[in-house]
Amino acid sequence: MNQYSEAFTAFNKDAESGWLKSQRIAAFARFEHLGFPTPNVERWKYTDTKALARRNFTLKRDYDLKAARELLNSRDLQLDAYRLVLVNGVYAPELSDLDAMQDAVVIEPLSEALDKELELTCGMMGRLAGIDVDVFTAMNFAFAGEGAVIRLGNNQQLKKPLLLVYLSTASETPVMSHPRVLLAAGSNSEMQLVEYFVGAEDAGNFTNRVLEGVLERNAQLRHTLLQSGSDNEWWVGRVQIEQKRDSRYTCHHMNLGGKLVRDDLVADLNGEGAESSFSGLLFGRNRQHLDIHSLVNHNAPLTNSFENYKAILNDRARGVFNGKVIVKRDSQKINAQQSNANLLLSDQAEIDTKPELEIYADDVKCSHGATTGQLDETALFYLRARGINETLARGLLTLAFANEVIDQLPIPEIYRLVETTVAGQLPQQVELELD
Amino acid sequence: MIEIKDLHAKVEGREILKGLNLTINPGEIHAIMGPNGAGKSTLSAVLAGREGYEVTGGSVTFEGQDLLDMEVEERACAGLMLAFQYPVEIPGVKNVYLLKAALNAQRKARGEPEIEAPAFMQLVREKLKFMKMDNSFLHRAVNEGFSGGEKKRNEILQMLVLEPKLAILDEIDSGLDIDALKVVAEGVNSLRAANRSILMITHYQRLLDYIVPDFIHVLADGQIIKSGDKSLALELEEKGYDWLLEGTA
Repeated sequence: MNQYSEAFTAFNKDAESGWLKSQRIAAFARFEHLGFPTPNVERWKYTDTKALARRNFTLKRDYDLKAARELLNSRDLQLDAYRLVLVNGVYAPELSDLDAMQDAVVIEPLSEALDKELELTCGMMGRLAGIDVDVFTAMNFAFAGEGAVIRLGNNQQLKKPLLLVYLSTASETPVMSHPRVLLAAGSNSEMQLVEYFVGAEDAGNFTNRVLEGVLERNAQLRHTLLQSGSDNEWWVGRVQIEQKRDSRYTCHHMNLGGKLVRDDLVADLNGEGAESSFSGLLFGRNRQHLDIHSLVNHNAPLTNSFENYKAILNDRARGVFNGKVIVKRDSQKINAQQSNANLLLSDQAEIDTKPELEIYADDVKCSHGATTGQLDETALFYLRARGINETLARGLLTLAFANEVIDQLPIPEIYRLVETTVAGQLPQQVELELD
Repeated sequence: MIEIKDLHAKVEGREILKGLNLTINPGEIHAIMGPNGAGKSTLSAVLAGREGYEVTGGSVTFEGQDLLDMEVEERACAGLMLAFQYPVEIPGVKNVYLLKAALNAQRKARGEPEIEAPAFMQLVREKLKFMKMDNSFLHRAVNEGFSGGEKKRNEILQMLVLEPKLAILDEIDSGLDIDALKVVAEGVNSLRAANRSILMITHYQRLLDYIVPDFIHVLADGQIIKSGDKSLALELEEKGYDWLLEGTA
């Protein structure tokens, strides 16, 4: 804790007195009080943060532009998007591309928003992801200063996606970053947000990202998260969304690796007609540990949620899935569906899966199911008996397992990246003209 | 084409093949018949290289190579192809994708370039038509939700596209109604060629009315106990297997 204490004091000492400074102090006190979670905490039962707690990370205020540019260029998604880049948690204007936005500013770095519109920005902060939500969220708040603010006006529709790139580059000492994304989507607005977390092969940093957002009436947000890190990378994320009437939140979470990955996803369906749809993929190798926790609160009648998560685990990787749905009393006419399927590619891979339903209303339609299996050996033999080599056959079957969740990815560049990561290089799809 | 000598094989510790001998020359069609449990399906599994079948003795030479030493996919690429008794359903993998990936894998193994997309589509459409299959089959996942007859037709479709040197048909006729059987038989007959051989494994004499073999063998208790020309089938139909089995017991 000492290392964090020093880092925090250094970080907050120059801040102007006021709400933010005092909230950060409260947040840090909360973090110190709770400490890193142990398996005794129910929500952290299967994910041990002991090794993370033992590590030393430093907080950065600057970055190595050359190294960052190299990493970005080598792993660029080639997306036509408005782009905001953070390097080890620090905004990098040289790598970002927000110029085209000037007419109607939709996204800006949190650091600039805090300089220019302190009050407005603080008003968005901690409303949903406050210091009491979770220890990592408190920690994020204590170090809050970088990230992004996204404000979409009423009826505003973004033609191009917003792309947030989080680069994790190697440096002498491992780095921690606590980016926070604040999002407000006005009535009838529509946008697509892509978050892309890229870790260098030799990086071993700790990223702790919090995203909190409000979707006003009939707002539509499609959110794709693509995260992959080395075997030494630590990644914790939280998404906290509040949905008003008829709003729709669709997310695709692709967690493709890291030493420890913990992804928390919470949607509060507060208005009638609101709908959340989550689909996700965990892909782990070696001794990686990946954990996804989702929570949907059906706080209003006539709300829908759909969740479909898949995990593919190889070697000694371990996965955790916990999906919770809470239907409040008086939240009638609810439709909540959840499914979780897991593929274990090795005998030593492991998955802990736990769907949870808490239903306090009586007129609801809820379902959940979880399955775990291995690659179908007879299918493997069948493919090989047609001349397809074993590696390719395994890739094909693995991809086939993941198809349901990755087919829905809205951006082909991301689909291809996920496909290659999960299944290796496969022959091109056959394009058929229908007749 | 293929020479099987004194082949012994075990499944789950039990000896099923007990010294099987069979030679098939290019252009020949052979049928293996026999009672249940004789080792018919074990033979096809061993030839295709299925796991769980332990060869304990003997040899199999395919086109001059030691077949038993080859991986499953190497056997396929060398031109040995098994049509499955129970074709496997593979959700998430489209038929057309499998066909193209398999064809290209085999071409690559032969040192040929990958087939161009238009040529591939033309080839596949032609073969589909021949098998009286609709183009929509291409978009469907491999065998998923196919009827028994559709699955068998799909096996033959793959053969028409992949053009193996030795086609092994494991009970290709089981579960087929007469119309489906005719289509399947027509497909198989179209494969007949001077440089191609076919090995059929079947329970039923009926298949042999549609695909006429050059040789018929009776497999019982892990060995071929009787061989003959197509007239042997008629004899079997008339007298059953018992008259042959008496001598071996």
